[in-house]
Amino acid sequence: MNRNLHAIKVGARRGWHEFVLSLKSPQDQGFYLFMAVGILTYLWFNRGNELEGTGLFMPTYALPGILGGLIAFSLVIGPAYALAMEREDGTLLRATAVPRGLVGYVTGQIVLNAASLAPMLLVILVPSFLLFDDLMHQGPRGLFTVVWVIVVGLLATLPIGIVIGSLVPSTQKVGTWGMLPVMILVSISGVFFPMAALWGWVQVVAQVFPIYWLGLGMRSAFLPDAALVMEVGESWRTWQTVGVLAAWAIAGSLLAPKVLRRMAQRQSGSAVAAAREQAGQWVR
Amino acid sequence: MEPTTDAVVQVRDLRMRYGDTDVLDGVTFEVRRGEVVTLLGPNGAGKTTTIEILEGFRMRSAGQVAVLGTDPADGDEDWRARTGVVLQSWRDHARWTPRDLLLHLGAYYAPYSTPQRSRPRDVDELIEVVGLAGHADQKILTLSGGQRRRLDVAIGIIGRPELLFLDEPTAGFDPHARREFHDLVHRLADFEDTTILLTTHDLDEAEKLADRILILAAGRIVADGSADELARRVSGQAQVRWSRGGEHFVHATADATAFVRTLLAEHHDIADLEVRRASLEDTYITLVQQHESGQQVTEASTFETTAGALPRKV
Repeated sequence: MNRNLHAIKVGARRGWHEFVLSLKSPQDQGFYLFMAVGILTYLWFNRGNELEGTGLFMPTYALPGILGGLIAFSLVIGPAYALAMEREDGTLLRATAVPRGLVGYVTGQIVLNAASLAPMLLVILVPSFLLFDDLMHQGPRGLFTVVWVIVVGLLATLPIGIVIGSLVPSTQKVGTWGMLPVMILVSISGVFFPMAALWGWVQVVAQVFPIYWLGLGMRSAFLPDAALVMEVGESWRTWQTVGVLAAWAIAGSLLAPKVLRRMAQRQSGSAVAAAREQAGQWVR
Repeated sequence: MEPTTDAVVQVRDLRMRYGDTDVLDGVTFEVRRGEVVTLLGPNGAGKTTTIEILEGFRMRSAGQVAVLGTDPADGDEDWRARTGVVLQSWRDHARWTPRDLLLHLGAYYAPYSTPQRSRPRDVDELIEVVGLAGHADQKILTLSGGQRRRLDVAIGIIGRPELLFLDEPTAGFDPHARREFHDLVHRLADFEDTTILLTTHDLDEAEKLADRILILAAGRIVADGSADELARRVSGQAQVRWSRGGEHFVHATADATAFVRTLLAEHHDIADLEVRRASLEDTYITLVQQHESGQQVTEASTFETTAGALPRKV
C-alpha cells in the first residue's frame, strides 16, 4: 500500500508537470481561446433574448449550464483522447514498464484533467462577468455549490473518458465513439436551451447521463429561484443530482480500472509499432 | 537441459501460435546471471515476440518461462522493478525534456532501492553516461533519432535493473554512438552485475557485445554459442587460398595448419597465402537459409568443398 501511495504521489507530480507544459503549449492555448470565443459569441448574440416568466436573459440562464456541459465534455473527451493517443505513441507502455507506473499514469491523468478545468473556466467566466450582468445570484453559497458539483461531476465523468479511451480501437475513432455521443448528449441535456423544449422520452434519456445533472447543478449554483420554472419539477433536485452523479462515480471507479488494466496488458512494443503504422495510413 | 541455479531467464519449449501459424515453435534457452546474450535472426523469426513474452507484455500459447524466478505472465510490480526495458518504437512525451522524464520515471523506483542496488540512478550521471549532456533540457520532440534512442536506453537502466531487455538498441546510432553504447553495455555487465538480453540485426554488434549468441530462425533456436563456437559448429573447415606461378587456388580443409605445412613443404613458390575461418556472417546466413528451407544443421557447411578435396583453380 505504501508503494502504491508513493506511485500516486509521483503520478500527481506528473499530472502537474503535464498541466504546466499544456499551459505553455500554443496548441492548448489556442484551444482555450477558440472555445472561449465560440461560447461568448453565442451568449453575446442571445444577450437580448429574455426567457419568459423568469425575468432572466439568455446569457444569465445559459452560462452555468454551458459550463456544466463543457466540464463534462472535457472530462470525458480529455482522458479518452489522451489514452487513445498515448497508447499509440508508447506513453502508456512506458508507464507499464516501470513499477506501479499505471497507478501513477492514471493519477497524472486525473490531476491534469482536473487542473485543466481552471484555465478553461477562467477564460469563459472572466470575460462573461465583464460582458453580462447578473450572472451570480447565489453568492458564497453558490460558490460552494460550484465546487462540490465540479468535484462530484469529475468523479462521475472522468472514468467514462478512461473507459472510452481504453476501448476505442484507435485515436481516429475517438471522434465516432467519444465526441459524437457526448455532443449528442450535450445537445439534449438542456445546456444551450431549456430541456423542456424537447420530447418527453428525450428528456428521460438525458436524465440518465451525468451531463444533464452537471448542468443542473451548475445552474443551481448561479441562478435565482425564479429560474426554477424552466426546470423539470420546478426544483433544483439537489439530492437527485448528488445521487445520479455518485452512482456514475461508483460505477465508473469499479469499471474503469478493470478496462484500463485489460487494455494495458495488451500493450507491447510491436502493438505500439503497429498502431504507429496504422496511424500513418489514413486511407485503407 | 537442466536448469542451473544462476539462470536469470529460463525458457523451455516456448510456443506462440497466431491462428494457424506457429511464430515460436518450441524455443528453449537459458540466460545466466551477468551474461550478455544476443538474440539474432531474420525479420519475422520471432525475436520481438520472444522478448515481449519475457518482458511480460505478451501472453504465450504454451511452454514454461521463468524470468528472475517468476513467470512473467504473473509478474507483479515488485518483479517489474527488477527489470529494464528498451523497446523498438517510442515517440512519447514529446513535450517533456530528457531530464524531467528521467527524474519522473526514476522516482517510481525509489521504494525498491536496496543496499546492493540503489534505485533510481543519479540522473545527472546517467545523462552523462549516455551522452545526452548537451540535450538534457531541450524538448524530446527536438532530439534526433539517435539521441532519442540514447534516452530510451537511459530510461531502460534508470531503475538499475538486474535484467535488461534491449530490442534493436542501436538502430539509428552513428558509429561513434554505437561504440559508446557498446562500452556502456560492457560496463553494465561487468561492473553492475546486470544480465542483458538484446536483439539485433547487426552481426558485428552481436559479435562485439555478446558472450553468447542465439540464432532464431523459423520459430526455433537453431544455434546457441559464442561467435567462435558457432562458426566452428557450422563448418569445421577453414578456407585456404594461395597463388602459385600466377595461378590462384582455393581449398577447404578441417585442419588448415597441417594443410598449409604440407603445402609449404611441397612447393617453394607459394604466394598470397590466406587462411580464413567462417565468419559469423557466413555462419548466420548458412544457418538461416538452411532452416528456412527445412534442412538440418549437421549437414551445414559454409564453404563449398570439391568432392575429392583437391585444390581448385579459381
